[in-house]
Amino acid sequence: MSSTLSTTGITWFFACKTTDVPANGGVCIKYKEEQIALFYFTRSDAWYATQNLCPHRKQMALSRGMTGSHQGEPKVACPFHKKTFSLADGRCLTDEHECSLTTYPVRTEDDRVYIGISENEEAY
Amino acid sequence: MKIVVIGNGMVGYKFCEKIVEKTGDTGIELVVFGEEPRPAYDRVHLSEFFAGRSADDLTMAPLDWYTSHNITLHLGDPIKEIDTLHKIVHSHQGISESYDFLIMATGSSAFVPSIQGVDKKGVFIYRTIEDLELMLDFAPKARKGTVIGGGLLGLEAAKALLDLGVAETHIIEFAPRLMPRQIDDKGSFILQSKLQKLGLQIHTNKNTREILGADTITGLQFTDDTILDTDMLVISAGIKPRDELAKAAGLTTGPRGGIVVNEQLQTSDPSIYAIGECALYNGMIYGLVAPGYEMAETAASHILGQHKSFTGFDMSTKLKLIGVDVASFGNPFITPEEGNSIVLEDSMKGVYQRINISTCGQYLLGGILIGDADAYNMLLQTSKNKVILPPNPIDILLGARNGTASTGINLPDDAIICSCESISKLAIAQAVEGGYETLDAVKKCTKAGTCCGGCVPMVKDIITATMKAQGKYIRNVVCEHFAYSRQELLDLVKVKALKSFDEVLDHYGHGEGCETCKPVVSSILASLWNEMILDKGNDTAQDSNDRYLANIQKGGTYSVVPRIPGGEITPEKLIVIGQIAHKYHLYTKITGGQRIDMFGAHLSDLPAIWEELIIAGFESGHAYGKALRTVKSCVGSTWCRFGLHDSVSFAIRIEERYRGLRAPHKIKSAVSGCIRECAEAQSKDFGIIATERGWNLYVCGNGGSKPQHALLLGTDLDDETCIRYIDRFLMFYIKTADPLTRTATWLNKLEGGIDYLRNVVLHDSLGIAESLEAEMQLLVDSYKCEWKEVVDNPQLRKRFNHFVNAPEEKDPTVKFETMRSQKKAAEWK
Ligand code: SRM
Ligand SMILES: Cc1cc2nc3c(=O)[nH]c(=O)nc-3n(C[C@H](O)[C@H](O)[C@H](O)COP(=O)(O)OP(=O)(O)OC[C@H]3O[C@@H](n4cnc5c(N)ncnc54)[C@H](O)[C@@H]3O)c2cc1C
Ligand code: SF4
Ligand code: FES
Repeated sequence: MSSTLSTTGITWFFACKTTDVPANGGVCIKYKEEQIALFYFTRSDAWYATQNLCPHRKQMALSRGMTGSHQGEPKVACPFHKKTFSLADGRCLTDEHECSLTTYPVRTEDDRVYIGISENEEAY
Repeated sequence: MKIVVIGNGMVGYKFCEKIVEKTGDTGIELVVFGEEPRPAYDRVHLSEFFAGRSADDLTMAPLDWYTSHNITLHLGDPIKEIDTLHKIVHSHQGISESYDFLIMATGSSAFVPSIQGVDKKGVFIYRTIEDLELMLDFAPKARKGTVIGGGLLGLEAAKALLDLGVAETHIIEFAPRLMPRQIDDKGSFILQSKLQKLGLQIHTNKNTREILGADTITGLQFTDDTILDTDMLVISAGIKPRDELAKAAGLTTGPRGGIVVNEQLQTSDPSIYAIGECALYNGMIYGLVAPGYEMAETAASHILGQHKSFTGFDMSTKLKLIGVDVASFGNPFITPEEGNSIVLEDSMKGVYQRINISTCGQYLLGGILIGDADAYNMLLQTSKNKVILPPNPIDILLGARNGTASTGINLPDDAIICSCESISKLAIAQAVEGGYETLDAVKKCTKAGTCCGGCVPMVKDIITATMKAQGKYIRNVVCEHFAYSRQELLDLVKVKALKSFDEVLDHYGHGEGCETCKPVVSSILASLWNEMILDKGNDTAQDSNDRYLANIQKGGTYSVVPRIPGGEITPEKLIVIGQIAHKYHLYTKITGGQRIDMFGAHLSDLPAIWEELIIAGFESGHAYGKALRTVKSCVGSTWCRFGLHDSVSFAIRIEERYRGLRAPHKIKSAVSGCIRECAEAQSKDFGIIATERGWNLYVCGNGGSKPQHALLLGTDLDDETCIRYIDRFLMFYIKTADPLTRTATWLNKLEGGIDYLRNVVLHDSLGIAESLEAEMQLLVDSYKCEWKEVVDNPQLRKRFNHFVNAPEEKDPTVKFETMRSQKKAAEWK
């Protein structure tokens, strides 16, 4: 079984099993030398992936953050100072001046979760 | 129309913001020249740079704000010449721009008196981020520091030196007292003693003659021939308006500096305006940000053809030093002809409050608040808005102290509530009526409370009052996902016997939940059922610290705090802690709570560390939870010659009874063996002090930033009665407090106060004492060490790996530094 798939422009790499990710929470995925935060929302059966690094104080922490929603938009709160970021587009919801997160597409096939990296973009 | 702005400081930036706000990016070309290398930042909070706020954190708006509003910003490029005839400015780097209107917002620089030797190394001024960076570099070499100038800024600079680790810091003031322009002799005297307690040494009536030292400063010589050794000097003796450019362009300037302006902020050339600290209006330089913002608003309005005038501004101020409340408003010094003063002085607590009342007794003219400035905003508004005083004017001070002060609600509609952004009461009320019903929403909509934050309590009051006036029932609902207060939610969860966050959300909430409601619901569940908090999918509904049963530290590692009940520990257990810390390379420290904290553990090491601790007989200390923390004890009658009872045994009993108890906020306790109170029980949520006949029980004390002494609830209680009362007290608190409210704040808001609480707990006035005790007993009986449960459960253990797809690898980005032969977390980036 190969652990990466490729569609045009995007490399899908095998991140983990669906059962490895806690309901409504996140885990940290190692991809090459980078770290990606992967989240699963049970109610909407939706997957999201972002950089694991919180831009605020540059802490590798977002996968340990608390997930939730703000007026319907999925978000995660950094454990350090509770800045929240949209999981839909990565922008900071608590502070418009804060940098945005890089987000990545996620696909599942059976019980396998894949994260997509564009060829010209490396993970944060 | 083309506007050129010289200076990108706080006021220059505000001017741009006002233009954007008023014109919506259309029709106006805005070009800004700034001398500093970075976009405008919050100079008012400059000192926070030393407390770890980065230049970015202080930025007023990032560069893309300027681009997205079509503002051309040239940084690090000062204007060197204005050609008023052709209406062109020339920059240092050779850029020339024509203008229709020119705004001078060049601010001021530090005033440096002509003392011999000011150019020596180790002499600093305190104005820009660069100044602070230079100080940061130099401070580690300095043991003794000195600040010249005992005004607002000088005091702030002196505190900054202390925070930088300069052990001995002196303040030199030329006048006979500190803050001579804001406060009177008496106030200054009390302020001086407060500052001395912070570790600052103060010298008034001192005039510096010369700065000593060859190349680098070594000391100061004063005109009275005394000498003070010092390795570092900050000069903060006042400000000097930056009017050199205006002067060269032939604009009228004042004899002691400043660009002369009229009520529309126009200089002697009507197409050139001056605003902020460089402008001289009516013979006065306004060295504060609020009047600068008002000038920006006025100039922007005038250019856009709207009518507005600047006719002077209140110079009231509040010092921003933590732990030293100092404020001065209106006219702080009046003569007997102008009116009378009422003075409240409590030299025990270090409180001095003076209010000046008009001769007719109806108006507040100004005043001084030292040691307790909570009433500042209320008094300021009362004086500014000429609110008629109560018949007995002292009530306005006494009322404020009893928490029943007239708040924002009694002010007239045009009262300015937020002075920084000049937002009126009416504007806030209208925002609330327009549907902006939370503090955040009002802040976003009106900008009130976004600058210094001093008006936030008043803004909250106005929100509540406006909603009440609209007939809306105000409940402290948890957040957008739950339209219930914590207390209501607790009752609902109990009635329906719900056991997980998801069930509660399904029944009573909507959306996905968030970082506000998840911890609230999790805490309710724990307080009701005391089940393992990581079970039933509830792990992700816990605050991050609860989720990993450890406090996250700078850099992403965790701390480990085993319970050490009453602070008593055997030598064997001490050795185990030492061995484990050694093995996992952890930093160790005795905490303020009489136990030992081990810092710097990798997430994935936590289960193994706890496994070893548990084998040695330790259990979780719940340092990560909103739960019972420690029950401190003094040594008590087993050793102490004054001890009346065995405070250690009782403390251990209490700690073991309530260990793991989750509550709206953390709970702390202490037991002292006699009234000497070595365990500091009266600063705890509940504290116990031995008496000849039993125990006195005190409740609702608090340390932290707003310390409050605990109040006596019951006297001379025997062991069992004391515990019964604590059961009732704690359970009543758990069931009725708002989220994240310590017992002290809860009591302050409880109608009827301590008397009501005493009736409920001692006299069972609500008839619930029995059920409170039963509910507590259930929690006591179901206690389990949650770390033991994790250690024994491979599924739960797995959740502590950093990488889910590389479980054996630790987070490679974690970095440590060394200090005093232990490690410490690497600094924030
Ligand atoms: C470790 C310790 C400092 C030390 O090295 O001595 C400490 C460390 C922290 N305190 Fe504390 N406090 C410690 C004793 C205290 C004390 C002294 C005491 O308990 O006797 C106080 C004042 C007493 C009180 O609480 O009334 C204290 C008042 C606070 C406050 C202010 C609470 C308040 O009501 O205003 C906070 C902030 C909060 O809880 O919201 C706080 C918050 C914190 C946090 C949790 C901040 C954070 O979120 O990271 C720190 C966690 C460090 C960690 O990860 O372990 N800490 N903290 C002390 C741990 C005691 C222990 O053994 O558990
Ligand atoms: C440590 C500190 C604490 C303070 N605390 C408070 C407080 O608590 N409350 C309060 O109200 N105020 C406080 N102030 C004062 C407040 O910061 C000022 O009132 C405010 O910054 C004034 O804004 P401004 O834009 O007029 O001047 P500045 O913020 O000084 O901005 C002027 C800018 O113009 C630039 N400039 C000058 N000449 C030129 C040129 N020829 N070409 C291009 N650019 C030029 C300067 O480099 C500077 O960046 C504090 C100040 C300091 C330093
Ligand atoms: S409180 Fe009393 S018993 Fe405890 S150490 Fe102090 S003097 Fe001794
Ligand atoms: S590090 Fe993430 S919010 Fe501060």
